[in-house]
Amino acid sequence: MIKKRRLTTSLGDKTLRLLTLLMAVSVLVLMAWMGWKMFDAARPSIQKFGFSFITGRTWDPVKEQFGALPFIYGTLVTSLLALLLAAPIGLGVAIFLNEMAESKFRAVVGFLVEMLAAIPSVVYGLWGIFVLAPWLRQTVEPGLAKWFGFIPLFQGTPVGFGMLAGGLILAVMILPTIAAISREVMAAVPNMQREAALALGATKWEMIRVAVLPYAKSGIMGGIMLGLGRALGETMAVTMVIGNRPDILPSLFAPAYSMAAVIANEFTEATYDLYLSALVEIGLILFGITLVLNFFARLLVWSVARGPKGGNLV
Amino acid sequence: MNDYLRKYKNLMMLIVFIVATIIALVPLFGVLGYVVKNGLSALNLQFFINLPKAMGLPGGGMANAIVGTLIMVLIASVIGIPIGILAAIYLTEYDRNSWLSTAVRFATDVLTGIPSIIVGIVIYTAVVLKMGNFSALAGGLALAVIMIPLIIRSTEEMLKLVSHSIREAGYALGISKGKTIMRIVLPTAAKGIITGAMLAVARVAGETAPLLFTALGNQYWSRSLNEPTASLPVQIFQYATSPYKEWHQLAWAGSLVLILIVIVINLVARFAFRSRSI
Repeated sequence: MIKKRRLTTSLGDKTLRLLTLLMAVSVLVLMAWMGWKMFDAARPSIQKFGFSFITGRTWDPVKEQFGALPFIYGTLVTSLLALLLAAPIGLGVAIFLNEMAESKFRAVVGFLVEMLAAIPSVVYGLWGIFVLAPWLRQTVEPGLAKWFGFIPLFQGTPVGFGMLAGGLILAVMILPTIAAISREVMAAVPNMQREAALALGATKWEMIRVAVLPYAKSGIMGGIMLGLGRALGETMAVTMVIGNRPDILPSLFAPAYSMAAVIANEFTEATYDLYLSALVEIGLILFGITLVLNFFARLLVWSVARGPKGGNLV
Repeated sequence: MNDYLRKYKNLMMLIVFIVATIIALVPLFGVLGYVVKNGLSALNLQFFINLPKAMGLPGGGMANAIVGTLIMVLIASVIGIPIGILAAIYLTEYDRNSWLSTAVRFATDVLTGIPSIIVGIVIYTAVVLKMGNFSALAGGLALAVIMIPLIIRSTEEMLKLVSHSIREAGYALGISKGKTIMRIVLPTAAKGIITGAMLAVARVAGETAPLLFTALGNQYWSRSLNEPTASLPVQIFQYATSPYKEWHQLAWAGSLVLILIVIVINLVARFAFRSRSI
């Protein structure tokens, strides 16, 4: 009892506890405050355009017409393309590093993959403008058009700057996220599972397929969703290579626009309140989507990496 | 299925994973290669000491942008690191399992996934509009918001590694809980906490989107924290998207400097402070 009293009555102790509590709660406040601030600033636009903001295809600040569909389209297409490319490769990297590579090799390659995430987005954009886009224009897009030109996705003039460039660069940027989360959840798979499979005579691949992947499945899904979230909100690199034209065209070669890109490009040029408000509303939609996506993605990751073992929450 | 086929399939899948890893690393070396090649040829002493020159004139530098980035990262660190560490202390030392901690932990994870440009918008409406101008302060604040969840996450991981017997030893000696935390637990985890903080610094140093409408940018030196301020990433963005060759060169040089900063911080953090044995 004496110990208990001494532990709780000192003034410094109480201050520290209170201070840390305040800071912890501030995270919750911060998130709510961000949502509120965005909603508040977007209100004029929400009231004026209502639902037609999302379905409208005309973005014309001069005539005070704001429809965000071209941006939503550009964001979705580039992000899905990125996911299609990055998810299998990211998962492959995670399997290679976690289940196959020797520990020294694993440390080095793991570090290199993490470096992919450390390269600033604006540097990817610079590389996209001067290396990726010209390469796509001269080599990749004519090639795709030649072999797969019967599909509308691969028709039209090769421009270089467009949804294909945006999707490719996003794929590079979200790959480390998918790889890292997949590694985390695969590391949480108990070794007993692996040993049991091996003891039954499974080959390495069979062990991975039977014992590791099913166990880590929902966590891997979560990782892929987190990657998608990152792709949806990624701003600079996409702004620099997507071509910045608010049209909805079926071809991947065509210039397009993304939600984050239009905010980045036009925010400081928004000359009147409604214009600014419309841009904030695009931000609010982006905020809402990434919030929901992250919420469910984290639930999935937690269910694997934290849930069954319970070690971290105890 | 016969054994031969199974072994063959096994080998094929292993090759697939190796190929995936190689594909993943191609863009890394592609980007680094081009940045080094184009950056080195444009990098010289003038880059570090000169202000940007008008378009078309050779010999401009990014001195103000480098200093601007340092200042804003410093502001972000001063705000973000203490808040993050204190919040993490609450989550590990005072309250590990309550619904509040779980909610905070969850919100932290979700916050790391919010696009950084959203933070820019929020700080613009909350700070720039109120103060009436773009400033280094607003830029630093935006970076701090991005930093906080990163710091909380990494610090929490490190504090969790501190064994309970060390805390109990403190209590057994009659040391109060607060002192145990400050004098025993924190120093024990210090290396890991510093590593996490450095990685967070490296991460925000390269952020562009949240600075676009908070710090804006500046062709000249900013004389106070309450003025539009240049930063390396924003400057790179503006130069890269300009039509001038001289500016493209500067953008490559700026990227090289930025990448060097980020990679050096990463390497130092990971290898100098690597020992995680506690």
